[in-house]
Amino acid sequence: MTKMHIKLTVNGKAEELLAEPRELLIHVLRERLNLTGAHIGCETSHCGACTVEMNGKSVKSCTVFAAQANGAEITTIEGLGSPDALHVLQRSFREHHGLQCGFCTPGMITRAHRLLQENPAPTEDEVRFGMAGNLCRCTGYQNIVKSILAAASEINAAQEAAE
Amino acid sequence: MNDLSPSREERIANLKGLGCSRKRVEDVRFTQGKGNYVDDIKLPGMLQGDFVRSPYAHARVISVNKEAALALPGVIAVLTAEDLAPLNLHWMPTLAGDKQMVLADGKVLFQGQEVAFVVAEDRYIAADAVELVEVEYEELPVLTDPFAALESDVVLREDLEGQSAGAHGPRRHHNHIFLWEEGDKAATEQVLDSADVVAEEMIYYHRTHPCPLETCGAVASMDKVNGKLTLWGTFQAPHVVRTVASLLSGIEEHNIRVVSPDIGGGFGNKVGVYPGYVCSIVASIVTGRPVKWVEDRMENLMATAFARDYWMKGRIAATKEGKITGLWCHVTADHGAFDACADPTKFPAGFFHICTGSYDIPVAYVGVDGVYTNKAPGGVAYRCSFRVTEAAYFIERMVEVLAIELGMDAAELRRINFIRADQFPYHSALGWEYDSGDYHTAWDKALAAVDYAGLRREQAGRVEAFKRGETRKLLGIGLTHFTEIVGAGPVKNCDILGMGMFDSCEIRIHPTGSAIARLGTISQGQGHATTFAQILASEIGLPADSITIEEGDTDTAPYGLGTYGSRSTPVAGAAAAMVGRKIRAKAQMIAAWLLEVHEGDLDWDVDRFVVKGAPERFKTMKDIAYAAYNQAIPGLEPGLEAVSYYDPPNMTYPFGAYICVMEIDVDTGEHEIRQFYALDDCGTRINPMVIEGQVHGGLTEALAIAMGQEIAYDDIGNCKTATLMDFFIPTAWETPNYTTDFTETPSPHHPIGAKGVGESPNVGGVPAFSNAVHDAFRAFGLRHAHMPHDHWRIWKIANQLGLHG
Ligand code: FES
Ligand code: FES
Repeated sequence: MTKMHIKLTVNGKAEELLAEPRELLIHVLRERLNLTGAHIGCETSHCGACTVEMNGKSVKSCTVFAAQANGAEITTIEGLGSPDALHVLQRSFREHHGLQCGFCTPGMITRAHRLLQENPAPTEDEVRFGMAGNLCRCTGYQNIVKSILAAASEINAAQEAAE
Repeated sequence: MNDLSPSREERIANLKGLGCSRKRVEDVRFTQGKGNYVDDIKLPGMLQGDFVRSPYAHARVISVNKEAALALPGVIAVLTAEDLAPLNLHWMPTLAGDKQMVLADGKVLFQGQEVAFVVAEDRYIAADAVELVEVEYEELPVLTDPFAALESDVVLREDLEGQSAGAHGPRRHHNHIFLWEEGDKAATEQVLDSADVVAEEMIYYHRTHPCPLETCGAVASMDKVNGKLTLWGTFQAPHVVRTVASLLSGIEEHNIRVVSPDIGGGFGNKVGVYPGYVCSIVASIVTGRPVKWVEDRMENLMATAFARDYWMKGRIAATKEGKITGLWCHVTADHGAFDACADPTKFPAGFFHICTGSYDIPVAYVGVDGVYTNKAPGGVAYRCSFRVTEAAYFIERMVEVLAIELGMDAAELRRINFIRADQFPYHSALGWEYDSGDYHTAWDKALAAVDYAGLRREQAGRVEAFKRGETRKLLGIGLTHFTEIVGAGPVKNCDILGMGMFDSCEIRIHPTGSAIARLGTISQGQGHATTFAQILASEIGLPADSITIEEGDTDTAPYGLGTYGSRSTPVAGAAAAMVGRKIRAKAQMIAAWLLEVHEGDLDWDVDRFVVKGAPERFKTMKDIAYAAYNQAIPGLEPGLEAVSYYDPPNMTYPFGAYICVMEIDVDTGEHEIRQFYALDDCGTRINPMVIEGQVHGGLTEALAIAMGQEIAYDDIGNCKTATLMDFFIPTAWETPNYTTDFTETPSPHHPIGAKGVGESPNVGGVPAFSNAVHDAFRAFGLRHAHMPHDHWRIWKIANQLGLHG
C-alpha cells in the first residue's frame, strides 16, 4: 500500500512519518512514537481509553486515521505533566482515589483536561455528562467525578489568587 | 543517644500501617500514562498474532486453506490444529477437569471459536491474512438452550462419546457434564412436604462477562540460545500459568519465566488459560521471534470467559410466623462448549452451596447439573468468589418471594432468620463453617441509616397516588443481606490443577531499614503495592513508604495461586502478616543482644523493642536492621529476611447490608437510583480509601449486570452482544453516587482479622438492584422477573401487570 507522508506535532514536538492511509492514529502514537499512555479498550469509539486532544478537541484516536491528523497539534497524557510537576488533574486523581487499574486513566485525565477548558467550573452533572464518553470498569466514577471537581476548584482558586 | 520524641501516636502515623487511607503508590505512574500493560510491550523483531474464528456456533470444519494468506507479504506462519497436533497442543486441559480445543479440531462448537492462528509482521498484515484464510464449514444443528441440550440427540462433544463419567462423576446424557450435590435431599424434601408455607420459583442468573477495560493478551518470547521462554500476559495467576505452560510444552519449569505486568482490570476474565496464550508460545517457538497476541473487544466478549448462566429452581419452606425451615435448590448450569469453569478442582459448582446465605436454615439440599451447549466456554467468577454471586442472588430472591407468600415485610423476615452473633462459628446445613458475623447489628444500622420505616410509608403513599392517577412513577426499596465466602483456600480441600491454594510472601529488610517484599498474588487495580506494604508496616515497624512490593514475576516472586475470589487479603495478606512476625522474632533476638538483656525482657512497641520497665532503653527496627548486617551476633545468621507460605485454616465470611431506593417510570421502563446505601463488614480494615473504592466499583459492575448487561445468543448461536454498543457498561452519567458504611467483625482465624472486600459489592449489589425493581411492583402482584432489568424488560413487567391502562 502506498504510504502517506504525515507531519504532526505531538506534545509540542514535531514528528514526521510515513503511514498507510488506513493506519489509525492510536497505532501511530503507541507503536511508532512509543507513547503508550493512551490505551486501546475497544477500537469502536465506545470506551474512551484512547482519548487524546487533537487541535483543541477530545478525540478517540482509535477512530481517527493518522492521515486525518496530518498537520494537527496532538496532546496525549504524556504531554500533560512531568514526573517532577504533575498536572493538577494527575495529582487530584491520586489524591481522591480516582483510579484503580489505571487503564482508563490516561483517557480520563486527557478528557477531563479538555472538559475543564470548555467549562472551567462545571457542576457534578456537567462533569458526569461531559465524561460519559469514557468508560471505567473499576471505580464506579464517584471518585473520578470528585477528582475532576476538586481539580477545577484548585485551578480556579489559583487563578483568582493570581488576579 | 536514643531520642524519646516523636510521640507514640506520631510513630504510628509515620508507619502508614493498618487502618490508614494511604494514597496509592501505583498512581504516580498510572496518572502519567506510564503504566506497563501487556500491549505496551515492544520487543525487537516482535511479530503479531491474530485468530481466524468461526462464524458458526456448530459446524464441521471440512478444510482450511492457508495458501492465499501465506502468499501475502509479511505473513510468517498460519497455524492450524494439524500443526499443533504433533506437539499434542491442539487440545489443552481446562481448570475444570475437561479439555478444550486450542484450534478447531474437526469441528467448531461456538461462534468465535479459534480456527487458525496467523502470525505476521504487524497487526494490519495479520488482520488482512485472517481474511485470506479459507475455511470450509458444514453447518450442524445448534443447541443454545441447556434444557433442550439435555433432551437432544445432537452430540456436541463427539470426543467424549462413550464416556459415561467425567472428572466430576457420572454423565447421564451425551451433553451432560456432571451432577454435583450437597446437603440432605431426603430430609429437605420431607420438610418441604410438611411445611406451613412453601415458596417456589425459577430464578435465572443470566450469562454475562467481566469485560475488563483491557482485554486479554500475551507476548511470548522463546530464546533459542539459552532455551528460556519468557511469557508476559494478562494473568491473574502467573505461577499457575508457568506450571501449566511447563506441563503442556515440556519445557522445564525453571526455563520458563512468566510475568504479569500491569493489568487493566481482571474481574475473573484473566484467570483462565486461553488458546491465544498457547498459540503465541508455539508461534514464538516455531518462528524464533517474539510473538504478541492481544484480543480485540469482540473477541473478548465472544470467546474468553463468560460468567453465570445459572437456571436456579428453588423451594423454600417456612412456618406461618416466617421461620425458615428448609431450602431446596436445583441448578441447570450452562457451561458452553467446554467445561472451562475456573473453580477449585473439587468444586465443580464453586462455592454455590453458600446459598443458605445469612440465614439459620436447619436443612438444605443443592444439586447442580452442568450442561454442554454451543456457547463460549468460561464460567469464571466475575468479581465473585466461585459462584457466590449466583448463590447470593438466589437466596436473596427466594427470601423476597417467601415474604410475598407470607405477606410479611422482607426486612423483618430476614431479621427473624439471621444467624445470631452468638451462634458463630456457625455450621451451615450445606457444610460450611462461618467464622464470624454480627448480622443483626449491621441490619439495624442499615435500616436506621435509610429511615426504612419512613421509606415504606412513602412507598405506600406512592402506590395510592399511582392508583389515583397522580403519578406514573413507582418506588422500589431493594434489600439485601449477603454473606460471602472468600479466601480460597485451605489446601486440604482447595486446589487448582493440583496446586494447593495457599499463598506466599517473602521479605528482605535492607541494612538502612527499608525493604522489598514479594508475593504470589498480582494486582489488577486493587492496589496491592499500597495495602500489602501497610500490613507489613504494622507488623515490622518500618514505614510503608519504605517497603517496595513486587508481584507477578515468577523468577523473583514466591509461588502463589494468584488474585481472584477476593483471596489476596485473606491468604497473601495473611502470609504478609506471618512473614512480618518471623522478621520480628529474629529482630527481637538481635535487639536482646544489642541491649544485653534476655529476649523475654523486651516488649514490642510500634516500631521498636523496649526493655520492660526501662522505656528509655530500646532499639528501633531501623537500628536492628543495620545490626543484622554489620554485627557478628553469636548464634545468629547475618541478614534479615524471611518467607512465609500461608495455608488458611478456613475461608473468611465477609457480609453486608445493602439498600437501594429506586424510582421506576412505568411508561418508559426507565429507572433512577435515588439512594444506595452499602454497609460492608470485611473484618479489619487495612485501607479505608481503597475499600471504599472497591465498593464503588463493585456496585457499578452490579448495576450493569442487574440493569442491562448480558451475553445473549440467538437460536443459531450468534452472539448478539459482542460490542460495547450492545453490551451494557454504565457511564458516569448512568451511575449514581453511593453511600458507604461499615461494621467491623474481625475474622478470628486470620492473623490480622481481615476478610477481603473486592467482590462483596458485586455479590450484594446485584440482588439489591434487582430486589428494588421487584419491590416497586410488589403491590401490583409481581413475584419474580428475570434479569437484566433493562428499560424494555421493565416496561414489559408493567405491561403484563396491566399498568398501561
Ligand atoms: S479504544 Fe478508542 S474508544 Fe475504545
Ligand atoms: S481504573 Fe480500571 S478501568 Fe478505570
